[in-house]
Amino acid sequence: MSIKKVASNQPDFFEFSKENFNEAQNEIKKYPKEKKASAIIALLNLAQKQNNNWIPLAAIKYIAKLLEISYIRAYEVSTFYSMFNLSPVGKYFVQVCTTTPCMISGAKKIVDVCKKKIAPNPNQLSENKLCSWVEVECLGACVSAPMMQINQDYFEDLDSVSTDKIIQTLLEDKFPQPGSSRNRKNTSPEKDKTTITKVNNA
Amino acid sequence: MLKDEDKIFKNLYNDFSADIESSLTRGDWDNTANLISKGKDWIIKEIKDSELRGRGGAGFPTGLKLSFAPKNLGSRPHYLVINADESEPGTCKDRDILRFEPQKLIEGCLLSSYAINAHTCYIYIRGEYYREGQIIQKAINEAYEKKFLGKNACGSGWNLDIYIHYGAGAYICGEETALLESLEGKKGLPRLKPPFPALVGLYGCPTIVNNVETIAVVPTILRRGAKWFASLGKPKNTGTKIFCISGNVNNPCNIEEEMGVPLKELIEKHAGGVVGGWNNLQAVIPGGSSMPLLTKNICETITMDFDSLIKVKSGLGTAGIVVINKDQDIIKCFARLAKFYKHESCGQCTPCREGSGWMWRMLERMAEGDSTYKEIDLLEEVTKQIEGHTICAFGEGSVWPVQGLLRHFRKEIEKRSHDDPLVKKKNNIPYLVDQHLLEKDNA
Repeated sequence: MSIKKVASNQPDFFEFSKENFNEAQNEIKKYPKEKKASAIIALLNLAQKQNNNWIPLAAIKYIAKLLEISYIRAYEVSTFYSMFNLSPVGKYFVQVCTTTPCMISGAKKIVDVCKKKIAPNPNQLSENKLCSWVEVECLGACVSAPMMQINQDYFEDLDSVSTDKIIQTLLEDKFPQPGSSRNRKNTSPEKDKTTITKVNNA
Repeated sequence: MLKDEDKIFKNLYNDFSADIESSLTRGDWDNTANLISKGKDWIIKEIKDSELRGRGGAGFPTGLKLSFAPKNLGSRPHYLVINADESEPGTCKDRDILRFEPQKLIEGCLLSSYAINAHTCYIYIRGEYYREGQIIQKAINEAYEKKFLGKNACGSGWNLDIYIHYGAGAYICGEETALLESLEGKKGLPRLKPPFPALVGLYGCPTIVNNVETIAVVPTILRRGAKWFASLGKPKNTGTKIFCISGNVNNPCNIEEEMGVPLKELIEKHAGGVVGGWNNLQAVIPGGSSMPLLTKNICETITMDFDSLIKVKSGLGTAGIVVINKDQDIIKCFARLAKFYKHESCGQCTPCREGSGWMWRMLERMAEGDSTYKEIDLLEEVTKQIEGHTICAFGEGSVWPVQGLLRHFRKEIEKRSHDDPLVKKKNNIPYLVDQHLLEKDNA
């Protein structure tokens, strides 16, 4: 269970944009008619995307109404899952994986770069208000450790130099190229590839 | 060593392309209607004969699991749910299947759904895998276009719809009943079993939950025959498996190999060896973070399959191999894992919710050298108190790594511990439960 801080400064009103409303209806259609509540995670995700990476309480109320469930059901879901931010984060939200496989591959260096370049503390906005960073648990790309996620993209095979570059790009309000920073091909062994050697033959 | 032609996931590194045309040339969707026409019983029997065991961690025989679904469709619909909530530290195999071999998974969904009488299939992907989800959604759309899905899928007469459901960052949702709760739009709190999901699952209907890799190998098994699959690996531990080798190795990689391959071969040959040489090896976590570690001595000879690893009091789990060399502080590594479990405990059962925090705090102290000898036994006691006293297997998953550490590295912990009772020394230890005891007046 992660501790969730709910922002003290809340907007009064939230409503899906027309596009997102249609998207929400599509999500609801995935489930049986009387089981609308299933779409809650998808809708909260949409709300988060629409509202600069965080969910205001008004959005939780709005979604609860839309799905015909009680407010507390929607609220408890939004506090349970760690991907929902209930207080503002940066436009570029940097999540550094620091669980053991990344840790032993040098995740601390990545955290140090974040501390130096973005802000000394997690969840603190950078000086130009564009970026914030946070340490997260395993993101499921251990073979490409150390790695981090920025908004929806994975940045893999990092070291302090490449992280520095990536974050510098973010601070200039541009989005860097995701994927391996060493141009490695996905999860294949880098040198001396031992399997699937005959690419044409398979 | 597994020959290239026996590899099921030929596009594991995306040497070709993940789109449907490329998949078709690799043999996906080749006469699927013919496989379906052989009937449900044939499919289940073939999977039983192949001795395929679930690839999600527990290693439950898949054929048996599929046969648990009621034979005839009653008033309630049946569901197939694919567990793609891959969050076990050290494991990243499902991600590659989702990204690069989506058609194998989708075809597997059709065949398994048919076998268990399901017309609807949900793929539960962890929320962080947003890009992977987009790829599989595209793959599903392509399959619909080719009429491989939907009404009369593949011309087999069977209707199937596949939907993607994103999670939102909760390790516990990889537990099958928690996954179903999450799919119903609730917090991911595991359910008590029985009733098992095969009878009362999603929306109270019969549901079969299976891992991505398990379902993705089904089409190949049916096509090449159970005998072929059973001829690979060892008896009761058959077939191929994707191993993820991460940590202190020269070439961390995902690799598909036969079950029962020696661990040393995986590390030395495929992953380029341990950083600093084999003698620099300290420990290996063989199957994702929940499995107890192996020491160097065991690593010399151990083979990677369910039964051999159980013999050395560990397990194959998800086959996420984390190599730890002597440059790392082993206690610190496990303290970090304990923090992971503390963070991810759903909070439903007291032993796990509180105990996971206890374990983390104690291990942090041990790593720092602030612990006493007494605490080592206390830690062991805490692990015993959690194990078996929780609704789901998360309890076991969180204590096994700690028990493994105590079993193999007790001396290391003892070296750093001392005899002074904590209370006397005014140590400034953060997050200590009994912090009030540190105040002199209360001591």
